[in-house]
Formats: sequence, C-alpha cells, structure tokens
Amino acid sequence: MITKEEPTLQKGTTKMPDIKELEKICSQVRRDIVRMVHAVNSGHPGGSLGCTEYFTALYFAVMKHNPKAFNMDGKGEDIFFLSNGHISPVFYSVLARSGYFDVKELATFRKLDSRLQGHPTTHEGLPGVRVASGSLGQGMSVAIGAALAKKLNNDNRLVYSLHGDGEIQEGQIWEAAMYAAANKVDNLISTIDVNGQQIDGSTDKVLPMGDLKAKWQAFGWEVLSTKNGNTISEVIETLEAAATYTGKGKPVMILMRTEMGYGVDFMMGSHKWHGVAPNDEQLAKALAQLPETLGDY
Amino acid sequence: MQQHPYTEKKDTRSGFGAGLSELGRSNPDVVGLCADLTGSLKMDAFQKEHPERFFQVGIAEANMMGIAAGLTIGGKIPFTGTFANFSTGRVYDQIRQSIAYSGKNVKICASHAGLTLGEDGATHQILEDIGLMKMLPGMVVINPCDFNQTKAATIAVAKHKGPVYLRFGRPAVPNFTPADQKFEIGKAVMMNEGKDISIFATGHLVWKAIEACEALEKEGISAEIINIHTIKPLDHQAVIASVKKTGCVVTAEEHQENGGLGDSIAQLLARELPSPLEMVAVKDSFGESGTPDQLMKKYGLDSPDIVKAAKKALSRKSK
Repeated sequence: MITKEEPTLQKGTTKMPDIKELEKICSQVRRDIVRMVHAVNSGHPGGSLGCTEYFTALYFAVMKHNPKAFNMDGKGEDIFFLSNGHISPVFYSVLARSGYFDVKELATFRKLDSRLQGHPTTHEGLPGVRVASGSLGQGMSVAIGAALAKKLNNDNRLVYSLHGDGEIQEGQIWEAAMYAAANKVDNLISTIDVNGQQIDGSTDKVLPMGDLKAKWQAFGWEVLSTKNGNTISEVIETLEAAATYTGKGKPVMILMRTEMGYGVDFMMGSHKWHGVAPNDEQLAKALAQLPETLGDY
Repeated sequence: MQQHPYTEKKDTRSGFGAGLSELGRSNPDVVGLCADLTGSLKMDAFQKEHPERFFQVGIAEANMMGIAAGLTIGGKIPFTGTFANFSTGRVYDQIRQSIAYSGKNVKICASHAGLTLGEDGATHQILEDIGLMKMLPGMVVINPCDFNQTKAATIAVAKHKGPVYLRFGRPAVPNFTPADQKFEIGKAVMMNEGKDISIFATGHLVWKAIEACEALEKEGISAEIINIHTIKPLDHQAVIASVKKTGCVVTAEEHQENGGLGDSIAQLLARELPSPLEMVAVKDSFGESGTPDQLMKKYGLDSPDIVKAAKKALSRKSK
C-alpha cells in the first residue's frame, strides 16, 4: 500500500476534496477546451470534454506532484502519461490550471512556435509532459518503463496512464498488458476512457472489443470500473480505490465509462465531435452552458 | 601499407555483450532489455550479473522500445537488444515517437544486421536499417567493424546523452583494431593513408576494404582507407580532407545503396567537393539464404568488388 503523506508535494487538498470546487475547475477546463479548439479551428474537443473529470481529479485531488518545479524524472512524485495524445486540450488546460505553466499560454495551442503542439510532446520542453504521444498504443509501454524505473529507484510513488477505448485496438497495448501482469508491475494505474466512440463511428461498429473487463482480468490485471466517469466524486473514489490495490502484485486497470463531448449538449453522445472544432455560433452556445469560474485565459 | 594483424576471428555481437557486461559493473544506471534473443545478442553475462537490471520482454519489440523510453524517466540508461530487423523496421513508429521525438536516452542495439546473418534469408537480413535510423532527427548511428571496436562503442554510447542506434553482426570476423582503443562518436579512423583514392567503409566492410587495399597496392594504386564507424553524425572534416587529397571515392557497406553510408558521403561531396564516387552496397534488392561468404560475393560486397569499384572511380577521375 502506497502511503499518501508528503508535505512538500502539491495535492489539491489534504482533506476531503471539495467537490464543489473541483466541479468549478471542470467547468473552466471545459471552457478552455472549446475556446482552444475554436481559436485554431482544429483539435479534438469530444474526448477532451469527456475526460475533464478524470484529469481534474488526478491533478487537483489524487496525484502528489510538483507543478512549480517540473523535472523529467519525477522522482518522489506520482507521474502521468497521456497515451491518447489527441485529447491534448484537456491535458494542457489542466496542466496550466494546476500550475505547470501560465494559463495565457493556452492561447498558443496548435499555433506556430508554440510549446502546445497539436499532440503533446517533450520536444519544446513544455512542463508536465514526459513523452510524446499521438500515434496510438505506445503510452502504456512507456508508463511501464517509468514504473520499473521507480521500483529500481525505491520510489514508492505511482504511475498513471490514460488510453482511449479505440486506442486499445492497437496490438502494442496487449504486449504491454501481458508484460505488466507477468512482471508484477503493481505501481501502475492505467485507465481506459470507455466512451464507445472512435473516428469512423461507435467502437461496436468499427471493431467490437467484447467484454473489456473479462479481457483485462484474463490478462492478469486488477480491474475497477466506473459507471459514470463524468461524476467527479466517483472518479476520485475509483482512483483512490485503485491506489489501495497497488503494491499487491498486479497492475491496476480502471474502465472509466464517459460520454464524449460531456458538458456541451450538442457535442454529447456522438463521434462527430471527435476531431472537429465549433464555429463562432457553436462556441457561444457551448460557453453559455459552461460558467466561467476561474477566469478565462 | 599500414598493417592490421589479427590473431583471432570474433563476432561483433560478442563485442557488444562484453561491453555491456563491463558497463553493468561500472554504471549502475545501465539497464538491459531483450526480446527473446538474449543468447544471440550475447546479453547473458549482463543478465546473470544484474538480474534486477535486466528485462526480458518476450517477443514484443514494440513494447520493449516503449518500456526503454519509460525507463529513462527516472534516470536509467536502457540498452535494448534484438536483431537489426526487429530493432528498426518492426518498431519504427515506436522509436520515432517514444524515443527520438521524445529525446529519450535509449541505446538501440541491433545484431545480425545485413547479409552476413546468412541462412535465415531475406526476412531477417535487413539492409535498410541505417537509412531508417539516420533519417530520424537526433539519432546517432554507429556501425563498428570488429569485436574490439564494438565493445569500445558500446561503452562509449553510455556516456552520450540521447538516442543511439548501434549496429553489429553475427559472423566471426577478423578482430584487428586495438583492444585499448578510444572510441570517439563521430570521429572517423584512418586505417591506411593513401593518395590515389579514398575508400570509406563501415562495419564488416572495413576489413574487406583493407584486403582490397592490399590488392590495389600490388597494382601500384595507393588507397586511403577510412573506417566510418559513425554514419551519423558523419565526420565531414575527415571525408573532405581525404577526398581533397585523392580526388575520387569508393564507399563500402553491408546495406542498401539507398539510404546508407554511400548516400551520406555522396550528399556531402555533392555539396562541398563533387568527385567521382562508386558505391559498394546492395543494389535495390533483398537478400537470400546462403553462407555469409557466399552472400557477400553474390551481392557484390567482397574485397574484389571494392577493387573493381576503385578502378572505376580512378578511371573517372582521370577523364
């Protein structure tokens, strides 16, 4: 069992997380997402909106991390890898809002000379990013490597990774799944965003993946599920429950059911907003549903 | 001609194994990963001495590259081991995104490169790996010529911060470079000073070039032999200085003509010192089953092929 006391590291709160505060952050993050993709008429709002609660929970309530003094090795910190890199808008917003860099920099997303590339990268030195992602299926292997390094360094912090459900159609994911279980990589908590959508339609139409829980269990993982990954309290409870399963010889998987486009009514429940930006009118309509809580960038 | 005596033939992959083993003892951050080819890669000594720092990943090269990238986060220096084919073509996207673009300090160590893999045939004889790897921004590409040099290169790349592709082979070949050599990444090694033609060779072809040099000498041709163990970054200064003196060039490598050492040297000379140039390399073809010697002859990579190319380049110079 990993202990959670480390006074020098930031955590959203050391007491019970204030759900109302976190919901306010979620609303602001969603505003950031739609404004970012609108400004450059490109990017991926659907999955970003769907994973807003997960990122907010992780960076503001669950992980022990050090946004003000980012270092690549992350020794003594919990570290996170985004494997489905196309949902960079939510990653960038939460990194900025939790203090890795100035929120004003969100205005440079996908523009020339920006550190906020279309897909996340270490190449321009953006604090908070530890590997490039975008080409799918690679992040779990990297997370396993980082988890092994933590074990070699006697560092008992955890490694988190996030994957899309469409992403796990990539074969490398299953190479990684086998390795992590066989080698007892039990300081890793991976999450799959099960929104049931991918570019060409629903995952059940494009390539049905069957019983995900049974698959991951058969691969030797401890599997937890959330019914509603867009309820922040449930996400936090699941992540904290997942932490109690670490250190017990198995990697931990969270199957997190979310709704793509959550929080903006006309973007919800469809794959159509996977990689499309709203126009001016749609942006206004979206922002009307998302109160400004922390100040727009 | 400068003599390069040797007392034994040894495989370059054993040089890698010996180097890794030495690194294991001297550098606690060095870790090894292998995809079910520990014996072939000669990583067994490292595995035995440092089981906690050795990761057997099974037949899953993509995962191996990703795990290696992750191990650097936390300060480890991963050395991955598998055949050259599975170290490059099979995992190009993983190397490109998780290692090269991400600037990770991973050493991709590749055995059984080229035709000299032999009887297993073309599925395993990669002849495109140098090209694939040298195209990646920031990737260092090294192809040492014998056991001693491969051992020295293995030790040297641990000190270089950033991704490296280290290529070596299967068969026993003359071990003719000094055991105590200092390996400098990106620094060509003069094997024989000459005045009529420059022969730039890499990997197993360095010895073939030395044999060719002896044959050329008997015909009164003075060949300069330069060992280009580092294809990227290329030692521009050494290439230009030599060609300024000789005025014509042969390149020699166990690789496709497209994308190999010859290609890099031709590019440099076309820009800075256009000169007659002939390439000893595989001409846009796959290999096949056979013994290493048979294959090197059939595909035109033997010392007589270097002699022939040298004469052709010389004749073009005199025109």
